[in-house]
Amino acid sequence: MAGATDHFFGYRRENGRVGIRNHVAILPVDDISNAACEGVANNIKGTMALPHAYGRLQFGPDLDLHFRTIIGTGRNPNVAACVVIGIEPEWTRRVVEGIAETGKPVEGFSIEQNGDIQTIAAACRTAKEFVHWATEQQRAKVGIEELWAACKCGESDTTTGLASCPSVGNFYDKLIPRGIYGCFGETSEITGGEMVVAERAATAEARDKFLRTWQAYQDDVIEANKVDDLMDSQPTKGNKYGGLSTIEEKAFGNIEKIGKQVKYIDVLEPAEAPAKGPGLYYMDTSSAAAECCTLQAAAGYVVHMFPTGQGNVIGNPIMPVVKISGNPRTVRTMSEHIDLDVTGVLRREMTLADAGDALIELVVRTCNGRATAAEALGHREFVMTKLYRSA
Amino acid sequence: MNQRPHFIVHNEGDNVGVVVVEDAAAGQQLTGWIMETDRTIQVKALADVPLGHKLAMKDIADGVTIIKYDHDIGRAIQSIPAGGYVHAHNIKTKRW
Repeated sequence: MAGATDHFFGYRRENGRVGIRNHVAILPVDDISNAACEGVANNIKGTMALPHAYGRLQFGPDLDLHFRTIIGTGRNPNVAACVVIGIEPEWTRRVVEGIAETGKPVEGFSIEQNGDIQTIAAACRTAKEFVHWATEQQRAKVGIEELWAACKCGESDTTTGLASCPSVGNFYDKLIPRGIYGCFGETSEITGGEMVVAERAATAEARDKFLRTWQAYQDDVIEANKVDDLMDSQPTKGNKYGGLSTIEEKAFGNIEKIGKQVKYIDVLEPAEAPAKGPGLYYMDTSSAAAECCTLQAAAGYVVHMFPTGQGNVIGNPIMPVVKISGNPRTVRTMSEHIDLDVTGVLRREMTLADAGDALIELVVRTCNGRATAAEALGHREFVMTKLYRSA
Repeated sequence: MNQRPHFIVHNEGDNVGVVVVEDAAAGQQLTGWIMETDRTIQVKALADVPLGHKLAMKDIADGVTIIKYDHDIGRAIQSIPAGGYVHAHNIKTKRW
């Protein structure tokens, strides 16, 4: 644990946060601006468009979440600079102003009365300047306490509960006390283990907030929309193929990600940035991998730990996703997707403490610049969470 | 070096264990590892149990609670003998 894992090399941003990637993002406010963003990214090398499916006609909390996600993505310290393109100027300006609070370079463009081609031309000139600027940023040595590391598991099976999820738990048990920020969520998939999660709250306030959040999902989503006992969806077909029989069994494996000791200090809305200082946070996220990662990145997390059993291939465009597996068949058949093999736990050759140390070391290397499997394979799933039909 | 387990049990109180090899076959005497106490046990498999799937540690009567991670993960919907294959065909959530 000494030496190499007490610091990493990252990009210190204008607002003091530390990024581990240095993206120039081309961010659409809405779905119909995707083509212009992709036009800019095609022309200006070193930029990345983040196309998505929403942003028109939404209202209420659903619209608030949309803005929080888009603005949070632009604010993430892994983004050095950001070009924003929307169909019209007002919502575009709202996004630009939200990102500009961080002090990073950001500029907005709107398409109405300009057309795609003029918009792309103008945005390309700015994007090119941002690339020159971003590529001169240098990594600097920072303490491990500057790290914001989120987690979620996917295509879970019984091996995730035995090896890969407790590896993440061991990571948090060791690094949360050293001052990092952590995040877990998956409101639907901790069903069955909700009382165990409730007991892991640091305060009565956090516990009550968690239970209210969980109950709201049960009432507003499950009870309002279910047509059967959910046995066709939870556990998923992949979960069952991997040996998970009930939602409770799946939940207890999932909860292994928060370790044995660490407690969460607050409960966040989807994509809400943590505001109570260093520690572990619960976020009310979707349990779908791409949505969950998108929300955690929008809250400011810079690296992600993703245990998988049967082999989820998820990535995120701005937040590196580190895959961990303890399933020997998956490690053999899908090796190109797995960053950390913890099958030694199942062979009784590796303790969970060893697996946690190996994960800490790999996360630090990822922070220092090592591309994850998902980055190398081009996984850039950027998926907005929609709260209800609002358009 | 500890013996490589065929199956793993999370906690002493659990009545199921997870097969962690790809070739556990009916009739085979399987070696298990209880992680909580680092104890080694033996159970004879009554069925071929795939990697990641569960095995009964003791006789489980119809309706009895299935315990894993020291927690209630559902109930048996038929009786399951020690060494029998445990999955969605013979256990069910108590939730829905």
